[in-house]
Amino acid sequence: MKQKIIDPLEKDMISESYFQTVFRRFRRHRLALASFIVLALLGGAALLAPVLAPFGPDEIVGTFSGAPCKEFLLGTDQIGRDVFSRLLYAMRVSLLVGILATFISTAVGVVLGLAAGYFGGIVDMAVMRFTDMVMSFPYILLVLVAASIFKPGMWSIILILGFVDWPGIARLVRGNVLNLRETNFVKGNLIAGMPLGHILFSEILPNTVAPILVYATSVLALSMLDEAALSFLGMGVRPPTASLGNMLNGAQSLTVLTRQPWLWIPPGLLIVILVMAINFIGDALRDALDPNSRR
Amino acid sequence: MNPCGEEESVKTPLIQVKNLKKYYPIKGGIITHTTAQVKAVDGVNFSIMEGETLGLVGESGCGKSTIGRALVGLEKPTAGAIFYEGKDLSKLTKGEMGKIRTSLQMVFQDPYSSLNPRKHIFEILSQPMLYHRISTKKTVEKDMVRILDLVGLSRNVLGRYPHEFSGGQRQRIGIAKALSLNPRFLVCDEPVSALDVSIQAQILNLLKSLQKELGLTLLFVGHGLGAVNYVSDRIAVMYLGRIVEIGKAKEIFARPVHPYTQALLDAVPVPDPSWRSRERHFLQGEVGNSVNPPEGCRFHPRCPYGVPMCAQREAELLEVGAESGHYGACPVVLEGRKEQ
Repeated sequence: MKQKIIDPLEKDMISESYFQTVFRRFRRHRLALASFIVLALLGGAALLAPVLAPFGPDEIVGTFSGAPCKEFLLGTDQIGRDVFSRLLYAMRVSLLVGILATFISTAVGVVLGLAAGYFGGIVDMAVMRFTDMVMSFPYILLVLVAASIFKPGMWSIILILGFVDWPGIARLVRGNVLNLRETNFVKGNLIAGMPLGHILFSEILPNTVAPILVYATSVLALSMLDEAALSFLGMGVRPPTASLGNMLNGAQSLTVLTRQPWLWIPPGLLIVILVMAINFIGDALRDALDPNSRR
Repeated sequence: MNPCGEEESVKTPLIQVKNLKKYYPIKGGIITHTTAQVKAVDGVNFSIMEGETLGLVGESGCGKSTIGRALVGLEKPTAGAIFYEGKDLSKLTKGEMGKIRTSLQMVFQDPYSSLNPRKHIFEILSQPMLYHRISTKKTVEKDMVRILDLVGLSRNVLGRYPHEFSGGQRQRIGIAKALSLNPRFLVCDEPVSALDVSIQAQILNLLKSLQKELGLTLLFVGHGLGAVNYVSDRIAVMYLGRIVEIGKAKEIFARPVHPYTQALLDAVPVPDPSWRSRERHFLQGEVGNSVNPPEGCRFHPRCPYGVPMCAQREAELLEVGAESGHYGACPVVLEGRKEQ
């Protein structure tokens, strides 16, 4: 006895893929859309720095601390380098540090969170106590100590930030995995005898990507801020390589602060704009990826 | 005597459960330790012959779902053994288990959570088939269409995501997923209780026809007596982690032995006003605590026929009539019948 049921979805169905839904919901956030455009423009400018920049980043081309003029759009710094050119290259470095550090911390957090959540017991205990330990450490102190032990520079700052920012992601992933582990579709695949790798990476992980993505945007914003702070303190990216943080370094002196605003306003403003744009995008992603939203 | 309720024959049953126990620890204290145990399933015996449907009924928390989950390997029994074709499942090596694994499948209660929301049906159905080499990349689509046809769905469901389907359709897909691995034994864990009444009948009919067509053996867990009776050849009634009565479905409905079974049957609403005046016994009190189940017969605090002895002696399953395959765990009622 076979019964064919009429599929009510067969006709007049606007099948919308997951990504279409997400994109449609994302687009409704005007601020996030604007942020996205700003970020794309800035990112593009950073990528194309060698083409766009009128001078080399380390080239001494003008007078010392020259005010903005036609030739030097944002003036020159204390040793006569073009601020605009340096700004473009600095953005490159800052974005690279932020993105790579976020990538590392997300990878570490996801692996540890998956292991802790899925295996539970001793593994969970060990991983979560270690996470608590890292989290309870005074953050900036840890980074400063690490930065003074390792040779300061762009790559060490990427690694340091990457290995400091993961606890939040690990906790988030663990919580989600604890939930997903008990769902029927995971149980069903266990009964079907699917291997562990399939369960973890094909069944569980895709269902927790959305919160990870949202969290990663805030980690990205944070690590860019941390990079700026460290470079400002002289423990981050080493001069002459320009980063947004070490360009602010000059603002430690009162004369620069009061008399030469072109030296610190542009990089400072750029940090604010980048971090805000990333945070707005993160907010919109949170709404767009929310599986419970039916809009 | 044969308390498993199986028919005396040379054939080995497909599934045999012996003295199955599943206790869940309750952890607590300043230094975490086990303070008590929830005795979800406490010494259960039964067997299921090939091609048969056993219905398992009982109220929430009586351990019926736990038995189903233990049979498909989701729960490790605290004690006791499960035999599949005479082989003790807990004593098999990983390799042997891998082969048997696919023969025991499950249909879940909630069709909304039994399908991965991030995968379309093609992936959901094809991945286990490909992994177990039941199908190859070339034939997998054909195989899936054949299975979808069995459960009454057309091939255009393949490209869709679970959220695009109704509960009934999802349950069909859930059944298709279970069937895709060519199982011999299917645990249906309340497969219709999350569905609309109008859909319930469709799914029950589907399960019934599939069982006939494919020669499946079913364990049907449910709390609706009507649904269980409709699909089952035999029925086992559970109370507080024990089977209190087991026998042919007709037999149980016509001549229930255990007072709990009688109360369950009395509680079934009958859509006939003239039945309104029938004599009905409703149970008093609450279900006992499964951490500290009542001494003696577990049902005695609520039992209308209770005699003082019931609080002391454990109620064993006793055969109702010779060779009837009908067992009840109430010596009071059984002895009373003999005297008549």
